[in-house]
Amino acid sequence: MLSQKTLIRLAPWLVVLFCAVLWEAIVVGFKVPSFLFPSLSAVWGATLMHWDPIMMHATQTLFTTLAGFAIAVVFGLALGAAVGSSPVIYKALYPLLVGFNSIPKVAFVPVLVVWFGIGTVPAILTAFLISFFPVVVNVATGLATLEPEMEDVLRSLGASRLDILKKVGLPRAMPYFFASLKVAITLAFVGSVIAETVASNLGIGYLMMAASSSMDMALVFAGLIVIGIMGVVMYELFALVERKVTGWAHRNPNGAM
Amino acid sequence: MDFVRFEDVSLAYQPDAPFAIEDVSLSIRENEFISLVGPSGCGKSTVMKLVTGLKPPSKGYVYVDGRQVAGPQKCVGMAFQASNLLPWRTTLQNVMLPMEIVEPYRSTLRARRAEYEEQARALLKRVGLAGCEDKFPWELSGGMQQRASICRALIHKPRLLMLDEPFGALDAFTREELWCMVRDLWQEEPFTVVLVTHDLREAVFLADTVYVMSKRPGRILVKRDIELPRPRDLDVTYTEPFAAYVHELREHIGHIRGT
Repeated sequence: MLSQKTLIRLAPWLVVLFCAVLWEAIVVGFKVPSFLFPSLSAVWGATLMHWDPIMMHATQTLFTTLAGFAIAVVFGLALGAAVGSSPVIYKALYPLLVGFNSIPKVAFVPVLVVWFGIGTVPAILTAFLISFFPVVVNVATGLATLEPEMEDVLRSLGASRLDILKKVGLPRAMPYFFASLKVAITLAFVGSVIAETVASNLGIGYLMMAASSSMDMALVFAGLIVIGIMGVVMYELFALVERKVTGWAHRNPNGAM
Repeated sequence: MDFVRFEDVSLAYQPDAPFAIEDVSLSIRENEFISLVGPSGCGKSTVMKLVTGLKPPSKGYVYVDGRQVAGPQKCVGMAFQASNLLPWRTTLQNVMLPMEIVEPYRSTLRARRAEYEEQARALLKRVGLAGCEDKFPWELSGGMQQRASICRALIHKPRLLMLDEPFGALDAFTREELWCMVRDLWQEEPFTVVLVTHDLREAVFLADTVYVMSKRPGRILVKRDIELPRPRDLDVTYTEPFAAYVHELREHIGHIRGT
C-alpha cells in the first residue's frame, strides 16, 4: 500500500505516464495517420534522430527566453516599485500598462522585425514584452497593500519613504515577486517561441515551422514537448528559489517552516 | 511646561468633510500617563495622528515639547491593536527595527550593534520574552507578539509612547498581565504615554488622567484625574475607589451613547 506522501510525490509522474499511454493507445488503436497526429513512439524516434539539431535549437530558445525574462525581471521590479509606492504613478500608468498587455504580442513581432531584423533580438524582446506585466502587477500589489499602521509606526520614527521601501515594502513584496517569476518564465517561453515561429531561423519555434512545412509532424510534436519540459524545469527552479527565499510567507499553520 | 499641548484643535480628513475631532484642547505633562476613552469612531486615533504629526490639524495648534508640530515626529514609539511585527524578521530583529531608523542609533549601528542588541535582549527579558529572541512572530502567542511590539516601541527610548488599543485583541488574563508590564516599564524609566482604549478599567488602572471623548465629531467632554496611589497593584481594581472611578466614567460614556 502506498502512503499518502509517496502518492503525492508520484502523482504528477503517474499522470504524465497515463497521458503518454493514452496518446499511444489512441493513435495506434484508431490507426491515426502520422502526418495528422504521430504516435508518441514516433515522436520519440524523431527526437532521437534529430537530437543534435533539437538540442541546438532548444539552447537558442532557452537563451532568448532567459535573456528576455531577465530584462523583464529588472524592468518589472523597477516599474512595479514605482507604481506600487506612488498613487500618482499608479493612476498615470495603469491604463497604459493594461492596454499594452491586451495587445497580442504576436501582432507586435512584425514591428520588431522591421526595427531589429530577423533573429535573436525580436525573440528576446517578445519574451520580455510578454512576461514583464505579471512582475509589475505583483510587485506593485505587494507594495500597495502595506498595512497603514506599519507605515505610521515607521513614519513616526522619522523614516523616509526610501527607508519604508527598503525596510518593509520590498521585503514584504518578495513573495509576490517570486510568485510572479514562476508565471513570467512560462510566459517568456511563449514569447520567444512565437517570435521564432514568425521571424527567425533559429530556435525551437523555427524548427517546428520548418518541420511542419515539410509535413514532419513527429518533429513538430518533439518541439512542443521540448518547450513543455523546459517550461516545467524553469518553473520548478523558480518555485524552489521562492521557497528558499521567502519561506516565512509559506509557513504551514502548525508553526514549523 | 506641558510636554504635549492641544489648542482648540480640529481635524477634517478631507477639506469639505465633517470634523473627526473638534475644538480639542488638552495638555499632557512630561512623563504623564494619559488615557483617551470614548465610543468607537470618536476620533481617539485621530488625536494620536495629530500628536505624532502624521496629520496636520485643520484648525488650532499642536505643540510637543514646546515646539509646534510640523510633519512627523522623529522619535515616537507606537503600538497598535495588531502587533504589526514583520514576519520575515525574528523577534530580536523586529525589536531592533527602530535602531535602524532613529538617530543617533542609526549612524552608530554598524559600530555598536552588539551593544544595541544587548539592550534589545535585556528589554525582551524584562517583558518575559527571554528565549524568544530568535523566534519568528508567528511562533509567538498573541500576548507575546504584543509584548514584542511594545518592546519595539520602546527600544529607542522615546519620550512619547502612543498606544492605540494595544490590548484590545487579547484575552482578559493576558491583558491584565500586559497592563502590569506597561505599568512597570513606565515606572522604572518614565516617559509620556497616550493610551487609547475602550476599556475603562484599563484606563483607570494605568492612567494619571483619563479624557472622555464624545461621539463624532470628537470633543473632550470630561477630564478626570485618577488619584489612586502608585504603584498600583492589580488588587486595586477590586477596591471601592477604583470601582467609583470606573462607574463615573461609565456614566459619562452611557450619557454620550444615549443622546
